[in-house]
Amino acid sequence: MSEIERHDYDVVVIGAGGAGLRAAIEARELGKRTAVICKSLFGKAHTVMAEGGIAASMGNANPRDSWQVHFRDTMRGGKFLNNWRMAELHAKEAPQRVWELETYGALFDRTKDGKISQRNFGGHEYPRLAHVGDRTGLELIRTLQQKIVSLQQDDFVQHGDYEANLKVFAECTITELLTDGDTVAGAFGYWRETGRFVRFDAPAMVLATGGIGKAFKVTSNSWEYTGDGHALALRCGASLINMEFVQFHPTGMVWPPSVKGILVTESVRGDGGVLRNSENKRFMFGYIPEVFKNQYATSEQEADRWYDDPEHNRRPPELLPRDEVARAINSEVKAGRGSPHGGVLLDVSTRLPAAVIMKRLPSMYHQFKELADVDITAESMEVGPTCHYVMGGVQVDPDTAAASVRGLFAAGEVAGGMHGSNRLGGNSLSDLLVFGRRAGLGAATYVDSLGTRRPSVREADVDAAAQRAISPFRAERSADAENPYLLHQDLQQVMNDLVGIIRKADEIQLALKKLDELRQRAEHLVVEGHRQFNPGWHLALDLRNMLAVSECVARAALERTESRGGHTRDDYPVMDAEWRHLLLVCTQRTNSSVRIERKEQVPMRADLSELFELDELKKYFTADEFPGGTD
Amino acid sequence: MGKQRHFRVWRGDTGGGDLVDFDVEVNEGEVVLDVIHRLQATQAPDLAVRWNCKAGKCGSCSAEINGRPRLLCMTRMSTLPPQLPVTVTPMRTFPVIRDLVTDVSYNYRKAREVRSFMPPKGVEPGEYRMQQVDVERSQEFRKCIECFLCQNTCHVIRDHEENKENFSGPRFLMRIAELDMHPLDAADEEGVDRKRDAQDEHGLGFCNITKCCTEVCPEHIKITDNALIPMKERVVDLRFDPLIRLFRRNQR
Repeated sequence: MSEIERHDYDVVVIGAGGAGLRAAIEARELGKRTAVICKSLFGKAHTVMAEGGIAASMGNANPRDSWQVHFRDTMRGGKFLNNWRMAELHAKEAPQRVWELETYGALFDRTKDGKISQRNFGGHEYPRLAHVGDRTGLELIRTLQQKIVSLQQDDFVQHGDYEANLKVFAECTITELLTDGDTVAGAFGYWRETGRFVRFDAPAMVLATGGIGKAFKVTSNSWEYTGDGHALALRCGASLINMEFVQFHPTGMVWPPSVKGILVTESVRGDGGVLRNSENKRFMFGYIPEVFKNQYATSEQEADRWYDDPEHNRRPPELLPRDEVARAINSEVKAGRGSPHGGVLLDVSTRLPAAVIMKRLPSMYHQFKELADVDITAESMEVGPTCHYVMGGVQVDPDTAAASVRGLFAAGEVAGGMHGSNRLGGNSLSDLLVFGRRAGLGAATYVDSLGTRRPSVREADVDAAAQRAISPFRAERSADAENPYLLHQDLQQVMNDLVGIIRKADEIQLALKKLDELRQRAEHLVVEGHRQFNPGWHLALDLRNMLAVSECVARAALERTESRGGHTRDDYPVMDAEWRHLLLVCTQRTNSSVRIERKEQVPMRADLSELFELDELKKYFTADEFPGGTD
Repeated sequence: MGKQRHFRVWRGDTGGGDLVDFDVEVNEGEVVLDVIHRLQATQAPDLAVRWNCKAGKCGSCSAEINGRPRLLCMTRMSTLPPQLPVTVTPMRTFPVIRDLVTDVSYNYRKAREVRSFMPPKGVEPGEYRMQQVDVERSQEFRKCIECFLCQNTCHVIRDHEENKENFSGPRFLMRIAELDMHPLDAADEEGVDRKRDAQDEHGLGFCNITKCCTEVCPEHIKITDNALIPMKERVVDLRFDPLIRLFRRNQR
């Protein structure tokens, strides 16, 4: 095999969304030579699509907000399955991470006294989301991108080279992590533009690759979301947790078919929008679950008063956590009370003046106007659930973001634990910043601890990775040759139909059987043309990752015989406290199928459980787990 | 179900290429990118195209449709003349890599040459105070999704490769305007004159305000009126306003 382009770094960050860029900034500021690798162009990562805002208890809109309240909301949203230490760090550090963005040049919307404005969102007790209209993700990624540029300018002044210490490798895809024994030593990938191979030798790898949504048919996720980081981690021996928990965002577009799944921001509801069925009824009042009875309004009058007087009224049920709203919409449609194209109606036009809608929801106005010919200031939107986020991911140490394999770190959506069984809106962008920074810090500290004894890549592993990557070209053109696009469509259909928003044992078993067939078909993938910017080839390589994460989702979903957050079992419809303290851990032996093990969660620290009323904890915990019993 | 439409898609690479004809099914509500994807799945699996969000938010799928710079994901088939073929070509201002994918590295180079935000000294994180009305001007420019359609359409560089060296294009002149209008940017205190930078380092003078950039902006940012013209006016003020010159002389 010809000589492969090689780069040596201290820290390599795979993924250039919010978590990846924040990790890279931290590692570089700590003096580490850092590379950022992204599948797309720099600044196009999926973070750009986040709309509503960044949750942080700065208390600008309501001074009663605090990290404790944010922590409580996060744990409730995740139905107490969250890694409590991550939720604690997240709630405590989010405000600093947001303020820090202003020093990089971010321009958030302001309150009257000039502070960062904060908006209401599902599951958050107080207005908490720092935002820029409904394009907060764009602001976040552009700000971090510009901070990277600023660091590069510093290096230019000092070394005459912008890329002396921090380089972005755009349109470059990693297909394999390389290890030295049980320690990460490098990564192997290809340049999309030329198809040439490239290897990165580095003792620390930060996974920040985002989610897995492209394994599902109806999704708000972009083509990049193929579970690369999840699968890379699995293949090098790390474990994944919580893979059964997949968030279906309640409001995706449903019509026209070509835009089905595209996100409609939760801000529409946060700012006053309501959900109605075909009978023009605000149906969410009928779907307030027992555990949330005390926090949500039971009448339209009370709900409407809440926007102006949140102290004396309870919140509208449209602002329940996403899993609850998604299930409710699903039930309404199933009961025949859906909208013409199989969704429900989301109306903001009768709730807010047109000028306010244009000001607060400009992207939504634009999106509906241009893609669906719907004027949201005058008519209702048709919306339905869309696969949006995976709560599951690489099992990490909360403080350092270190995975179970030495030298491997993970942050953002690819990491698991923080959000438990369901993520609150707005907690994703803050997650990226808090744990992106911690992963950069963790990686830098780890590199320091190694001194000069760095792991080394085995040449045989590089050759094997190269062989595997070009295999779709060399496959013989036989009758069973598989087209990657069609295989992908079949996978998406399986996951959507059989491991989607509502699940049953027999359907999941069928899905596992079909996944097995798909995996066998994937052995016969054939791509046409050459290696230069060939999307068919790229997809063929991504499919391997999607198949692996899909299997994790399905196996974990079959194992967990209860309904909680982003995992709803038709055959086990209730939440079971005996399951709350159990994590399902996925591992994969080389080329074999995924293994699931049950592991006990670490009990919550007493000072954190004391933040809750005993009566509330009783709804989630088993009798022998009680505080008092915990310390 | 779907109707058949005739597509002509440019295919080729650095060595050259040509329009290739396709007949392809088009369904109700689809955008041009949907049809390109259908071509990939059914007729041309190695057809190269960039895309990400498919919702007009990431600015990846820029190309030219019937000669007009557009986002493939935000151009509905129903808005194109039904009897005519749909011609899709790569952005002309940037070198082709393959098919609809172009080398846009010029833009990232220029981005790196714009001096970054300079945080105000002595203002701690969390202490930034700005009024909504003051941030709104820069916020308009920060809506930019970096699709580079404005760069692509700008005649200063569209047919004049030689100008690329000295001209950063509307996107990055607007970035300078954005920083210049940022209420807390400390460039002045650092002795940096952003307007002068725009003029001297980034070729603001090349722009003769034909507004082509504004016309193609998918985010409807008024690039010319709100970013470029005000900056030009102030550059002119700085240079020619006799009062300012007098004031400057006295300051020296």
